[in-house]
Amino acid sequence: MGALLGILHRMGAHHYCPLVPAPPPRFVTERGCTLHGIMGEFDTAQAVYAAAEKVRDAGYRRWDVHTPFPIHGMEDAMGVKPTRLPILIALGAFTGVGGAYLMQWWMGAVDYPMVVQGKPYAAWEPWVPIMFELGVLCSAFSALLGMLGLNGLPRHHHPLFTSERFLRSSQDRFFVVIEAEDQNFNPQRVRSLLESSGATHVELVEDDSVEVTP
Amino acid sequence: MSSIHPDRINAERLAGLATAPPVPTPGWDASLEDNPAVRPPLVLNNRTFTEVTDIICGYTENKPGKWWFPVFGFTATVAGCGTLLILYLLITGVGVWGLNNQVDWAWDITNFVFWIGIGHAGTLISAILCIFKQKWRTAINRSAEAMTIFAVICAGTFPGIHVGRIWMIWMVFPIPNSNSIWPNFRSPLLWDVFAVSTYFTVSLLFWYMGLIPDLATLRDRAHQRLLRSEQGPRVPVLGLRIDRIRANVYGFLALGWRFSSRHWHRYENAYLLLAGISTPLVLSVHSIVSFDFATSIIPGWHTTIFPPYFVAGAIFGGFAMVLLLLIPARELYPHMKDFVTLRHIENMAKIILATGMMVSFAYAMEFFIAWYSGSEYEQFAFKNRILGPYWWAWGTMTFCNVVSPQIFWFQWARRSPLTVFIISIFVTIGMWFERFVIIVISIHRSYLPSEWGMFHPTPVDVGIFIGTCGIFLTLFLLFLRFLPVFAMAELKAVLPHADPHGSHGIGA
Repeated sequence: MGALLGILHRMGAHHYCPLVPAPPPRFVTERGCTLHGIMGEFDTAQAVYAAAEKVRDAGYRRWDVHTPFPIHGMEDAMGVKPTRLPILIALGAFTGVGGAYLMQWWMGAVDYPMVVQGKPYAAWEPWVPIMFELGVLCSAFSALLGMLGLNGLPRHHHPLFTSERFLRSSQDRFFVVIEAEDQNFNPQRVRSLLESSGATHVELVEDDSVEVTP
Repeated sequence: MSSIHPDRINAERLAGLATAPPVPTPGWDASLEDNPAVRPPLVLNNRTFTEVTDIICGYTENKPGKWWFPVFGFTATVAGCGTLLILYLLITGVGVWGLNNQVDWAWDITNFVFWIGIGHAGTLISAILCIFKQKWRTAINRSAEAMTIFAVICAGTFPGIHVGRIWMIWMVFPIPNSNSIWPNFRSPLLWDVFAVSTYFTVSLLFWYMGLIPDLATLRDRAHQRLLRSEQGPRVPVLGLRIDRIRANVYGFLALGWRFSSRHWHRYENAYLLLAGISTPLVLSVHSIVSFDFATSIIPGWHTTIFPPYFVAGAIFGGFAMVLLLLIPARELYPHMKDFVTLRHIENMAKIILATGMMVSFAYAMEFFIAWYSGSEYEQFAFKNRILGPYWWAWGTMTFCNVVSPQIFWFQWARRSPLTVFIISIFVTIGMWFERFVIIVISIHRSYLPSEWGMFHPTPVDVGIFIGTCGIFLTLFLLFLRFLPVFAMAELKAVLPHADPHGSHGIGA
């Protein structure tokens, strides 16, 4: 049971499923809230890019960079693996094309065969346009829903939104957040790492959805 | 404008000679820089991230200009009258249109093809230019995609109402029914149903995906204002703070986007793949629309050139509509000229010229093939276009689509917003007439003299078309008022200071 909970916690299931109890907090702030992580603020894209490389090289795993726009090459600076999204989209495309073929075959050649210009009932050629269109439709849905799903969205509440400074990540500021759930997390070391990487401001982010009873 | 020949500058660069930086003249749009040694800026006046956000969010957060309400009131009235006429048509029947035994497709299908064609420019900008890494598209893609969606809404109205019994329209979809019958999958009209509904859905998904980060920006700004002060504008009677509504509505739609780089990584991947699948989609949609005609045996419709010719025409007419919307907008909104520069207008004028030449070639090729085919019916159909009773429609089309864009061979014309605006009006009129010429002139004189007739539009025909123009403009004005007009995140990413390795490649 404990091992299963551990796996679920590592997957972050307690964030999504109310049935999974949250793990005991590793760090608690003075106010009695679970610590979500430590956030460093940067002024420029260059600074945050350099900082991301340092955090990656320091061996952290549960951390993220928040930027108002996608920074070119950031996935390399962070060491993010290539996404599996194209596989999902390909699955969507095959589903659409195959489904369209089966639908037209069953409806037009099996359930309600109709003579049109004396052609064979199961001629596939006139089915191509609809196979193409449904293939596109299903792959578009799998692109959007797959992107959101892999990103864990929609998730309207997140500890980071409690920080007023963080709201500028959507406009003109750049942030590096190292989460307390990371195995290497040590408040002092994280703080000095962020400061030495050129952060203009460092602050604690509390997870106020998880109150700790004293 | 640089008077030095570009080749000389290149030669000097290769020889290691430095060229003097150009002296800026007042009123000069720096995006028009044609010195190849200088990369022209995509956003003018060296805007910072903060300024870009403030300006673009300001369009929705501040009160609109004094022009907005009167214009919105007018277009909404037109849209309302058009909707009432549609209701009248549905209650009475399609007999309120001028259709007759001979001309049984006229303004309805003309308007359908006209509107669906307009949508194509938006997808071209968002998908095809994305694949070709045309960074200038970031300033116009959001509004062009919005235009696509609104144009497809107008387009979809016409096939829906032209069946007369709108309550039977579900029969075009393969839905199990008590008659135990299924649609005919060999009919191009059915392909069209799938093509247009897929096109609308995919355009909407693409647009929404682009909007998610920008909606999150509007959410965060509203939230910041709520945290900062107790005071702020409120809804008149309810007393609810407008920023509270913004934070909730934009927040709901933004799906909790938090600008994470891990998310951006998948987002960019999904965006590129969506662009990749939208590219064949947009080419297929107007091809399938053209199959509605090309697979019939009516002279004037039965041609294999239709698919590429329709796609080129759609892009031609669509860019004209983008310009018709953006040229007034950049005059009316503060600082919009920093984003929609003269370079954008010039590029779009070039696309209009290129696609206009393709359309002109198709017109000429139709006549050539009519002669070359040796079919006397085909030859008559094309003689009838020029010399028949609808000669004026053919003449308007030819003047607007073939002659008028030729002015874009001149640089001054491409760089003059007023000229581009006027030519765009011509092109829009011309493209409507192109569809009228193809549809009505081809069917109004069929094989037997007893099958000859004319089409006379009724006020309901005219009113419903003008009504859809009202619906289109009303939706666009609402878009300008309530949604981020530019793709802010994408626009910031093409600024020189967004480059994580310093701003190399910018400047001489």
